[in-house]
Amino acid sequence: MSIISNDNKPVISKKIDRFFIGLASAFAFVKRFFQEVFKPPFEFKEIIRQCYEIGYRSLPLISLTGFIVGIVFTNQSRPSLSEFGATSWLPALISIAVVRAMGPLVTALIAAGKVGSGIGAEIASMKVTEQIDAMEVSAINPFKFLVVTRTVATTLMIPVLVMYTDFVALIGSFLSVNSKELVSLSTFFVQVFEAISFLDVFSSIIKSLVFGFTIGIVGCYKGYNSSKGTEGVGKAANASVVMAMFLIFIEELLSLQIVNAIRNA
Amino acid sequence: MHKDQREKVVKMRGLKKSFDENHVLMGVDLDLYKGENLVVLGKSGSGKSVLIKIMVGLLEQDEGSIEILGQNTSGLSLKELNKLRLKVGFSFQHSALYDSMTVKENLVFPLTRNVKGLTKKEIDKKVDELLEAVGLPQSANQMPSELSGGQKKRIGVARTLILNPEIMLYDEPTAGLDPITCVEINNLIVQVREQFNTSSIVITHDLTCAKTTGDRMAVLLDGQFKAVGPFEEVFTQASDQRIKSFYDYNFIK
Ligand SMILES: Nc1ncnc2c1ncn2[C@@H]1O[C@H](COP(=O)(O)OP(=O)(O)O)[C@@H](O)[C@H]1O
Ligand SMILES: [Mg+2]
Repeated sequence: MSIISNDNKPVISKKIDRFFIGLASAFAFVKRFFQEVFKPPFEFKEIIRQCYEIGYRSLPLISLTGFIVGIVFTNQSRPSLSEFGATSWLPALISIAVVRAMGPLVTALIAAGKVGSGIGAEIASMKVTEQIDAMEVSAINPFKFLVVTRTVATTLMIPVLVMYTDFVALIGSFLSVNSKELVSLSTFFVQVFEAISFLDVFSSIIKSLVFGFTIGIVGCYKGYNSSKGTEGVGKAANASVVMAMFLIFIEELLSLQIVNAIRNA
Repeated sequence: MHKDQREKVVKMRGLKKSFDENHVLMGVDLDLYKGENLVVLGKSGSGKSVLIKIMVGLLEQDEGSIEILGQNTSGLSLKELNKLRLKVGFSFQHSALYDSMTVKENLVFPLTRNVKGLTKKEIDKKVDELLEAVGLPQSANQMPSELSGGQKKRIGVARTLILNPEIMLYDEPTAGLDPITCVEINNLIVQVREQFNTSSIVITHDLTCAKTTGDRMAVLLDGQFKAVGPFEEVFTQASDQRIKSFYDYNFIK
């Protein structure tokens, strides 16, 4: 019997207990991931399959959103810049905004909704239908086969998708800039690349890796720990999205602080 | 031959298991002899599934001991436990087929992960052999969602048998099936024992299933086995009224 399941405690105290128990189990889950990820067998086939699924699931939505974000952001920024007669700065401004923040954030949020919820629901339904137990009784490590493969796949794929989103958003922005300011494609991209530094690209990739890891591990954790019964599946999917999005924003804030500290150093 | 001289493949003593205030198993003793089919009867929620899940390490008992094939299951390392698990086949109540995989992949998955160095030809042969054994030779490329309940059960059994277990555990093999399919599954259980030399525990609350598949019955009541013995004996000599009514209900005229 657990030492902290005391029936006389007030509700608030029980809630606090539950919060810390949840936190501890989440940490144990992450720890287990790092213990198992470097141990063979590596299940490459399943990782590749998951990477494909992630790309396939999120590509249409990311293409559309990235493109629209590029156009909208450009059109919204234009009036402010033109007040100072500085519309020639548009490519540089867009480049910085997209590479530093918009690209990773938009991609991660969409992937959390599309991919994270899918992972949460899939693993939860495997749990409900005893498929995870079935693996265990045939001496297969379900954590390795399900959690490690999916988390590795999201960690690898989100940076790739972020680069793609950046590209699509810049194309959208180019179309707008090209039609209003008559800037050529080569001039546009020269300005785009001049505006961003190695630190911008590097930190964007690291951030994307962290976002990818977050989406994968949260989806797996919520699925793996879902309650029995069919309503557990829906709850796990929902909780995966909410939790992942929350963490992504926190991570965005943290990375902003870190990168700015490095930039100013 | 006297029973007690036969080899015991499973030996449970004083098994107890509670979930908080819910006392499910309260001192279970049970032996499974080599080559026999033992039927465990009991109403819903009496702890039948919990009992066999403890046997394969999906749950842990609070007290008591289990010996499987001469090995005590307590305090095993995961590696040792997994080695033992390969000798015990578990057929899940709802089949638990991997629904993202074809029937063939369902069978190949546990095989290739546990038996190293098989050629593609050997794997194919083994899969065909087992699909044949469970009477579904044409189903290799189907997805689980395309199968009927009875077919799923068969594939679940085939997937378990592919690792050549010595003991089979069937969790409610006929639950939710129509009467004709029930008869087929019962026959399959009998056939599996002949063909694969298994000893089995069959969990059910279906007395037709119990009668056709079982050599002995064990009735789980109030967390203990109340009556153990051949079918007729259990029901004619039952001291507990509930066992009698269980019988009457199942064979209503
Ligand atoms: N993992 C679990 N956690 C909590 N309670 C459980 C768990 N598994 C089973 N139980 C409880 O144990 C009792 C017996 O369950 P079970 O063995 O599944 O019954 P059945 O005889 O129908 O197979 C039920 O009251 C069930 O609620
Ligand atoms: Mg059950």
